[in-house]
Amino acid sequence: MRSLIDIQELSVEEINDLVKCAEDIIANPAKYSEMCKGKKLATLFFEPSTRTRLSFEAAMYELGGNVLSVSSAASSSAAKGESVADTAKTISSYADIIAMRHPKEGAPLVAAMNATIPVINAGDGGHNHPTQTLADILTIHCEKGRLDNMTIGLCGDLKFGRTVHSLISAMSRYENVKFYLISPDELKVPSYVKKDILKKNNVEYVQTSDLEGSISELDVLYMTRVQKERFFNEEDYLRLKDSYILTPDKLKTAKPDLSILHPLPRVNEIAVAIDDDPRACYFKQVYYGKIMRMSLILKLLEVVK
Amino acid sequence: MKIDSIKNGIVLDHITAGKSMEIYRLLGLDSLECSVALIKNVHSSKMGKKDIIKIDADIPLNLDAIGYVDPGVTIDIIRDGQLVEKKNISLPTTITNVIFCKNPRCITSTEQELPHVFRLTDVGNKVFRCMYCETKETN
Repeated sequence: MRSLIDIQELSVEEINDLVKCAEDIIANPAKYSEMCKGKKLATLFFEPSTRTRLSFEAAMYELGGNVLSVSSAASSSAAKGESVADTAKTISSYADIIAMRHPKEGAPLVAAMNATIPVINAGDGGHNHPTQTLADILTIHCEKGRLDNMTIGLCGDLKFGRTVHSLISAMSRYENVKFYLISPDELKVPSYVKKDILKKNNVEYVQTSDLEGSISELDVLYMTRVQKERFFNEEDYLRLKDSYILTPDKLKTAKPDLSILHPLPRVNEIAVAIDDDPRACYFKQVYYGKIMRMSLILKLLEVVK
Repeated sequence: MKIDSIKNGIVLDHITAGKSMEIYRLLGLDSLECSVALIKNVHSSKMGKKDIIKIDADIPLNLDAIGYVDPGVTIDIIRDGQLVEKKNISLPTTITNVIFCKNPRCITSTEQELPHVFRLTDVGNKVFRCMYCETKETN
């Protein structure tokens, strides 16, 4: 029995296996439609998240399985003070696999240490969100046909964005991947990410605040939202906020096969006008997220080898 | 200054000068009933100055806690006045309930029963991170 708490637990070979299985699901959905018949997924969401919870539940239904769901802490025994460990032990008697989101960092790890069934971390506070990274990886693979030899631009809030750090960590393991880290000074990638991941793996990167000046170099552009509450003063926010909004104008010098990704939800950082551009992949990314969760459930339940 | 030698007990030797109080506190030696001698700034040909702790009883020691504070410490086990065992301490890879996570977003902040486990993630810089939230220790 194995769980997935942090994307770094997966080797490159295991990620490649998940991608291969996901692509087979896309090509032959009927083959997988009954594979989890009789199996139950418990989605334990102790903080609100419609998107991720529905993605997991849709994934399990498409595999022919069933779902038990807790969609808020208020409606669960956690409200009565039950520990994560006790919840995990209890749910192990009801379900075959758990997907857990929790506001406290490390809660899914505690669940995995106490459950007798696999646990998938569906987001623990601002810490880890491995299935988002898997969705990002599948999107890149399906859109580019490879995971190596490319230049990836990450734009927006690179300081607090957990999806950004996980993606850097996962993609740094592939050959000849170069990063453009595009953000205001206030929201630069933390130094430990540069030291422990980029420099350690000899990954080439450019740190800049200029989105327009670097966009022509990119094969993939991963947008994130610059949030007002991250700034010390409103003046800085107002000065910078529009620099990191992607508009058709800023795409003028971009490559014709650029892939634009975003973990969603979007607020205003990608203009709606871009949605119809063939380079916009962020809604496809939602679909790939569901497929990758199907692939992961199959692997963790050992339904496929 | 003369401190009596012990008959049955433990000597923590080669403590980096100035670190003996930290080890004393971390091991909870203040709660022992037996004699405990804490000797500071002893001349050492190898270290220049060192601290020594002598405990006049054979008690279980948290070696990981000692290794976390000062991995160069040696432990001498004394029985009937004779040195019967000498242990060298090294930097532990995991420490449990020696230091505590201060991240308010960590699961340990709300679940009091959980052990506080830190893992050594950078040997060169002696960096320990919380097993649950990966926050760097700041103790």
